[in-house]
Amino acid sequence: MSVMNKLGHQAEFLDDRLTVANWGKRNLRKVFPDHWTFMFGEMALYSFIIVLLSGIYLTLWFKPSMTEVVYNGSYTPLNGIEMSEAYKSTLDISFDVRGGLLMRQVHHWGAMLFIASMTIHMMRVFFTGAFRKPREINWTIGVLLLTMGFVEGFAGYSLPDDLLSGTGLRIAEGIMLSIPVVGTYVSFFAFGGEFPGDEFISRLYGIHILLIPGIILGLITAHMLIVWYQKHTQYPGKGRTNDNVVGYPFMPVYMAKAGGFFFIVFGITVFLSGVATINPIWAYGPYVPDQITAGSQPDWYMGWLEGALRAMPNWETTLWGHTISWNVLIPGAVVLGVIINLMLIYPWLEAKVTGDKKEHHLLDRPRNAPTRTALGVMSLTFYMMLLIGGGNDIIGSQFNLSINAITWAIRIGIFILPPISFVITKRICLSLQRSDRDKLLHGRETGSIMRLPEGAFVEVHAPLSDNEKAVILSKNDITPLPWPEKVDANGVKDPNFKKDHRWARLSHWFFSDNVPKPTAAELAEAEAHIRHSAAEGAPVIAHREQLEPEGGVLHDPSAVEADKEPITK
Amino acid sequence: MRRRHRAAAPILVLLTLALIGVLYAAVGSAATAQASNEGATTNAQLVKQGQQLFAEGCSSCHGLGAQGGPEAPTLIGVGSAAVDFQISTGRMPLAAPNAQAPQKKVIYTDQETAAIAAYIASLAPGPQIPTDEEIDYEDADLVEGGELFRTNCSQCHNFTGAGGALSNGAYAPDLRDATPRQIYEAMLTGPENMPVFSNETLTPENKQAIIKYIQNMDEQASYGGWAIGSLGPVNEGAFIWIIGIGLLIGAAVWIGARVR
Repeated sequence: MSVMNKLGHQAEFLDDRLTVANWGKRNLRKVFPDHWTFMFGEMALYSFIIVLLSGIYLTLWFKPSMTEVVYNGSYTPLNGIEMSEAYKSTLDISFDVRGGLLMRQVHHWGAMLFIASMTIHMMRVFFTGAFRKPREINWTIGVLLLTMGFVEGFAGYSLPDDLLSGTGLRIAEGIMLSIPVVGTYVSFFAFGGEFPGDEFISRLYGIHILLIPGIILGLITAHMLIVWYQKHTQYPGKGRTNDNVVGYPFMPVYMAKAGGFFFIVFGITVFLSGVATINPIWAYGPYVPDQITAGSQPDWYMGWLEGALRAMPNWETTLWGHTISWNVLIPGAVVLGVIINLMLIYPWLEAKVTGDKKEHHLLDRPRNAPTRTALGVMSLTFYMMLLIGGGNDIIGSQFNLSINAITWAIRIGIFILPPISFVITKRICLSLQRSDRDKLLHGRETGSIMRLPEGAFVEVHAPLSDNEKAVILSKNDITPLPWPEKVDANGVKDPNFKKDHRWARLSHWFFSDNVPKPTAAELAEAEAHIRHSAAEGAPVIAHREQLEPEGGVLHDPSAVEADKEPITK
Repeated sequence: MRRRHRAAAPILVLLTLALIGVLYAAVGSAATAQASNEGATTNAQLVKQGQQLFAEGCSSCHGLGAQGGPEAPTLIGVGSAAVDFQISTGRMPLAAPNAQAPQKKVIYTDQETAAIAAYIASLAPGPQIPTDEEIDYEDADLVEGGELFRTNCSQCHNFTGAGGALSNGAYAPDLRDATPRQIYEAMLTGPENMPVFSNETLTPENKQAIIKYIQNMDEQASYGGWAIGSLGPVNEGAFIWIIGIGLLIGAAVWIGARVR
């Protein structure tokens, strides 16, 4: 009996009991669109799996305890020093457990890749408008995942109880303390007394290995089920509409691609962990509250908050004998809260401003949503300013700059540069829109220059391919919200006038300066022009500015039907 | 008639030049050696030579009597250790007034440095250049050195001694290329923004321990692979974004490349 037959029997056995054949057939053949930017989410997923696996390995040896012990291990410069069990076991993992240091580095580099992948995935989703209806909820889940990634990463950074961990926790404690009224209670509650206490590491451990990974896993499951159910968005192109998905079936194409990509991500992570040090805890030494090192920084994903903290002037107010530390409260709690909340509600906010209630399965090109794109670049500029501010000491000492000058540049730049980047981005988008419109109406510039019999020089324009046309024509020209009437036809005053007027104004601002795509009539005329030239046997091809100020658009020689004489002769 | 090879003339010239060079070097070094021997014979002569060098190279800022000036501190009482540190690291003479004197090419010979140091030491008592015995850190306690380093040094010089920023463009320099004597002198004299760690604060044994720890940091293996500058998470973040995400995106583009 052949192998296939045996397999068939087993499949039948399963199908008889679970009736999975139909479900499997339908879902395994599910079509996904293809693009390299669609793999950023996969990168995040795979690095999360890698972090999960390496984390399990670390739990076998890590001891989440702040009990003081004396180190006597392989790393002699710390021999005989008192330290917490957490730090000692991390040293043991690094120096005495086989493969331990590699696993630690896989775990840490993988975590950095996880959050970095989520970040670029989110940027792709934002700039292509993939978060629009019906995917707003999935965007929200994504924002929560990113936030959970921050928390999880910070918890992991704090667990080894080395000098850097403790310094980070001290800042976290400072942020807790800055919360008005309840700050000290929150801090005492979290640390079980005065900082650092002897309970925090074991508390954090449960959160780090159980609670947050559980939440992240749950959110990832929901995230992916929704993607599966709603189908993936696709970039515009020939044959791609809002009602179809053009791509390859999950089985076998994506099964192979995704499986292969997992191993590539795994390979790259292990390779990086094999060649580059991350968090050399032995060099930092154990955490002692009165010690500190220059270059104390959080991991990169917390760097922007560190930057906010460093850039903030030292303002504080004393009210009835209580100090409100604006210098910690604003950057530590307010900035984070405001930004995460803005990110959570952005899809609904944009829909409210555009008045767009349609479903979108075809992605926007960033240029076709200039205000959104500009807002995105503006946010990234803001983020980058804070990130640079977080590394001001390293940048200062490595590039011979004054740390004070950098801090002031950040303080001023954070207000000035984002608006400038907004304007520049929006203008670039609008220029690209204009150039798209030109391409549709006049064809693509080929760069070949021709000399006409009368002596003029013209540039040959080639018609666009069907795919290029489809891409450009995918632009959504949405009309802004209508201006509300103060008094309706029956003379009744609109009580919502002021509010509606404000939204309408925002909407008009959002769509301001939009370059509408050519109307059907304009396109037909351009087509006709091209056909006309071709019919006349006109070789040509060009933008004849000198001769025809209206801009005659003709054909590329290669595109003229075969029976016409090629013009180059 | 036999012609000489056409390379003969250039070779002859080269040989002559080489001969002159060798002769000059022999005579010249003998002369220098003689001079330095003479210079070292008595401390008084050393001081005199130092005074001469000081007047030529230092006095325009520090004053003819080392009393200091509007832009430079007095050197009376700073001791020979300070002079040796500043000159042997190339910090002095200063090229231009800045936030901090940078390390640069050393322009005085050891003998000249010793002469200037002797001159400054002759003006008033101060911390002296440590003897070879004082900087012998072979038997020092490495673990204690680490504790002392993390308590006293790492807040400015970073956990591996890679250096760090101070306010207004000043900085704590990289310790990894400093010699044990320079580290000892820096602790003793507190150059620039550095506090003075006198022998009462940190005993010579403590200082030796710290030196041992710094030397060990520099010599020990980089256990985790490339240390990316030993500057902490900023470099790690830059690394993962440039190399890590760079490689992953490269792989994604490769896999996602259109199959036409």
